[in-house]
Amino acid sequence: MTATENIADSQDAVITAAGTNEGRQELQLRKDVSAKEILRGSGAVLRMSESEVAALAGTQSEDQTMIINMGPQHPSTHGVLRLMLELNGETVLRCKPVIGYLHTGMEKTGESLTFMQGGTNVTRMDYASPLNNELVFAMTTEKLLGIDQDIPERAVWIRMLLSELNRISSHLLFMATNGMDIGAVSMMLYGFREREEVLRFFQKVTGLRMNHNFIRPGGVAADLPAGWRDEVLNLLDALPARLAEYEILMTGQPIWRERLQGVGVITRDEAIALSATGPILRSTGLSWDLRRDMPYLRYDKVEFDVIIGSYGDAFDRYSIRLNEIRESMRIVRQVLDAMPQGDYRIQDKKVTPPPRGRINESMEALIHHFKIFTEGFKVPEGEAYLAIESPRGEIACYIASDGSATPYRMHVRAPSFINIQTMPLMMRGGLVADAVAVISSVDPVLGEVDR
Amino acid sequence: MTQVSSRVADDVRFVAKADYLKTLTTLRDEGFEMCVDLTAVDYLTHPGRNIAPEVLGQIVLERFEVVVNLLSLSQRRRVRLRVQIAESDTVIDSAFDLYPGTEAMEREVFDMFGIKFNGHPDLTRILMPEDWQGHPLRKDYGAGNIPVQFKGAAS
Repeated sequence: MTATENIADSQDAVITAAGTNEGRQELQLRKDVSAKEILRGSGAVLRMSESEVAALAGTQSEDQTMIINMGPQHPSTHGVLRLMLELNGETVLRCKPVIGYLHTGMEKTGESLTFMQGGTNVTRMDYASPLNNELVFAMTTEKLLGIDQDIPERAVWIRMLLSELNRISSHLLFMATNGMDIGAVSMMLYGFREREEVLRFFQKVTGLRMNHNFIRPGGVAADLPAGWRDEVLNLLDALPARLAEYEILMTGQPIWRERLQGVGVITRDEAIALSATGPILRSTGLSWDLRRDMPYLRYDKVEFDVIIGSYGDAFDRYSIRLNEIRESMRIVRQVLDAMPQGDYRIQDKKVTPPPRGRINESMEALIHHFKIFTEGFKVPEGEAYLAIESPRGEIACYIASDGSATPYRMHVRAPSFINIQTMPLMMRGGLVADAVAVISSVDPVLGEVDR
Repeated sequence: MTQVSSRVADDVRFVAKADYLKTLTTLRDEGFEMCVDLTAVDYLTHPGRNIAPEVLGQIVLERFEVVVNLLSLSQRRRVRLRVQIAESDTVIDSAFDLYPGTEAMEREVFDMFGIKFNGHPDLTRILMPEDWQGHPLRKDYGAGNIPVQFKGAAS
């Protein structure tokens, strides 16, 4: 395709948007799409040339295949993910994820919220691991403020504790939904039961089960409550036996293995090319974890292993997540030992409101408190990108600031949004039932995909 | 090991639009295997954007900026490219052939900013409904003061 053709193409999309271009987002009939798009759709970018695909495209006659919709309302699509599948009988030939059903313009909303309020916005993106979203937003803001090295030790370790517990709860949710998708329905109950115990701890610490807005620029919102250590220890003592149960229920079972092994295979080069991160990238045997490779917080002070797979299939991704729960527990134990005393937020008056007690006695403190929550604090001009490892992969925040109290542009690099690009590749040539296993093994959170 | 926690460690490069693909090719050959993020910023109401004086002499600031974050897994390094896009010519080459993972990201930038990617296989709206008019993340697109646009709804 020549350059001019393509511009004409894309302008066409804009012009027709004035009227309607219904159907353009969807999976097109084979005769209507370019060889390049088929190439993309089949994920063969790395293996086949355009001419080879053009030849291949002609081999399948349209009257033997059909295009069906899976979703947006479908129990195994984890929300409102819509997949358009081209099927030949039971075999998936092409797949196109159609997203946007949950789009609420959170990046636009983020531009009108102050840096103080921004946490309430980003925490709703990946609702299965909200604390990681808050963490990356807070850390990027701190980087722009230039206070990233001055965060009190206790705040940093509290962040690590919550981040790891959140990883556990997110992976437990994966265990539950993955189990149900594959047919081990009782797993749904077990996974949610264990996750609930982690969420109960979050409720005790932050006041909410989800959408905490607890990690804020400058530290965390409050200190850990009395008795937190025992709560965490109870959790850590209860979990290993439950995980052993999961192993009995799933890992060794022939049916479980049949459903997952060799399904949704992706190679290392493909995962890198498609920008996939997290368990998908690690399942291909590449040892890449930002906690170890580009350490943030105090991950360089704790010992843990990066779990990798070897076949890049759905089973590897399942076992990686199961074992990452164990590694996170290992980190949490070290955090318990290392938790220092001290402030839980920075004593920089610019970003930290005065303590409650001072407000009753000092007019200045009251005014300061009022101003920080209504007007927010100003962040110097500049732009910053900062990435951390969320349970789903690299979550990053890009903030451009114009020197005011609200971000000029706030962009979140959502791992699920990028990771669903691997689905067409993983599903190609598989069965419809395997498509369910593939969606599940990618573990997308649609709140984050659509933002 | 490159620490990403400090501001100075960010490796930011300004690239002319004409050299965009060439620079990406060079960087990919240097070991930046993955394009982790591609987004854009509309600097309509903040044209100055705090750029170091030595850089300012070499580039012409435009309204839009495409921001590309590359990651080298082998060297544990990141680099960020900033490409200026003029309001009168919102077309840039697509990085799809070099980094297939930019497919969804470029569609999102097209959807949200109206920047077109030349050579993209399927440049359609990704998050907004396909008959939507306007590009929501542009600064002149008001939030909350426009009639709701939906198919079949009287506006």
